[in-house]
Amino acid sequence: MASDLEMKISNINAISETDYKVRLDLFEGPLDLLLHLIKKNELDIYDIPISTITRQYLEYITLMKELNLEIAGEFLVMASTLLQIKSDMLLPSFSEEVSSDLDEDPRAELIRRLLEYMKFKDAAIMLDNRDLAGRDLFTCKLVEPQPEISSSEDECLEMELFDLIAAFQGVLKKHPVDTFHEVTAEAVSISERITEILTILQGRNSLRFDELFRNSFSRENLIASFLAILELCKLKMVRILQTGQFAEIFITPAVADTDGAFLSEVSTLYV
Amino acid sequence: MSNLKSIVECLIFVADSPLSFARICDILSEYDKEHLRSSLIELLRDYNSDERGIFLSEVAEGYQFRTCKANAEFIRRLVKTTTSKLSKPALESLAITAYRQPITRAEIEYLRGVDSGGVLRTLLDKKLIKILGKKNVPGKPLIYGTSRRFLEIFNLRDLESLPTLKEMRELEEAGIFEQQQELPLEDSIENRFPPDLPAVTGKD
Repeated sequence: MASDLEMKISNINAISETDYKVRLDLFEGPLDLLLHLIKKNELDIYDIPISTITRQYLEYITLMKELNLEIAGEFLVMASTLLQIKSDMLLPSFSEEVSSDLDEDPRAELIRRLLEYMKFKDAAIMLDNRDLAGRDLFTCKLVEPQPEISSSEDECLEMELFDLIAAFQGVLKKHPVDTFHEVTAEAVSISERITEILTILQGRNSLRFDELFRNSFSRENLIASFLAILELCKLKMVRILQTGQFAEIFITPAVADTDGAFLSEVSTLYV
Repeated sequence: MSNLKSIVECLIFVADSPLSFARICDILSEYDKEHLRSSLIELLRDYNSDERGIFLSEVAEGYQFRTCKANAEFIRRLVKTTTSKLSKPALESLAITAYRQPITRAEIEYLRGVDSGGVLRTLLDKKLIKILGKKNVPGKPLIYGTSRRFLEIFNLRDLESLPTLKEMRELEEAGIFEQQQELPLEDSIENRFPPDLPAVTGKD
């Protein structure tokens, strides 16, 4: 028996060195181990020789100890259950108060559990053998369609900053870089442009992006205007809308009335 | 009525999960139920002939177009397998849940003889099982059942079409294990449910 045990240890050692995982799920639990022992010894599940099974079961636990494996509590519970069954079978029941359920084979409960467990082991295999969707059978997967860009004229899109920059570049192109290094005395302040834009916007609902740059002569002025729009956006005083891709960009006041006090605050920031 | 058949075909094709007959009736409320039923039956007949690569599957209490198993190897070259392999403990726990639902974690652990908390968490994460509620016993343990997704993944029409445990044993002995799903059923799911708990179907 000792040599048999040693052989098993060496076997398991060999396996654990090459593929630790395989060995780990060898036995799911005590019931799995018991079923394995029953099968290996070709025992009748309805008439388990408890002493044989118990001895082999304990051998396995010793083996696990020798391999420094952590033995799950369940294995030890089963070991004590087996020992209890063994002692129950050894002891003659001489008590008078023996009720009908004590007359039952002490192994009955264990056998029931083993049979039940066996059923579910089979069921698990059956489930795995089915044609699984995503493994054996496939379904068509629709990719979520991209939201379509609306072609309708009256629907406005909220603008991205980059669209705004692109539009600004379009304006800049119309005004080529001045090759003369003119020193202009005129200083364009952003706050001035903010006030200007707001003034233009006061009497109307919207302002075309192009319109803003119509009267601008210098690049400085253009840049100041652009920064003014960005600043107004940041302050949530205007909204920038576009009806479609590459369409005209409109600037609309975010609120109906602009606050005077608010404006002066802006002016102080950029003077 | 051939037009109606094509409408039903489209609905099933576009739906992202198996489409139930009730849902089809709901969508096509202007059509007669009997006409819808016959269209569906015709569709099933049309698709489920041998030469098709796609068949109309009755799965998870609904209908869905699926590719046939014979071509799986080739399809796997095109698309990744979406169903990750379940471990042995996970499959065991899933099988127990499927056959014994509604079931508590303690009951599963008693049947398996090992702690099953982690495995149940995995199954919940994969949406194969779901929490049905709490059992009205001390401690109010959670009760688990299988989800609609379980039916979808495991190619089951409904819970009743799970082969019974008894059948599996007999089949295994007879050596025709692979053909189990075609067999008639003796043991209905209601019989397996304790009377104090409501029968649970795969409905979400």
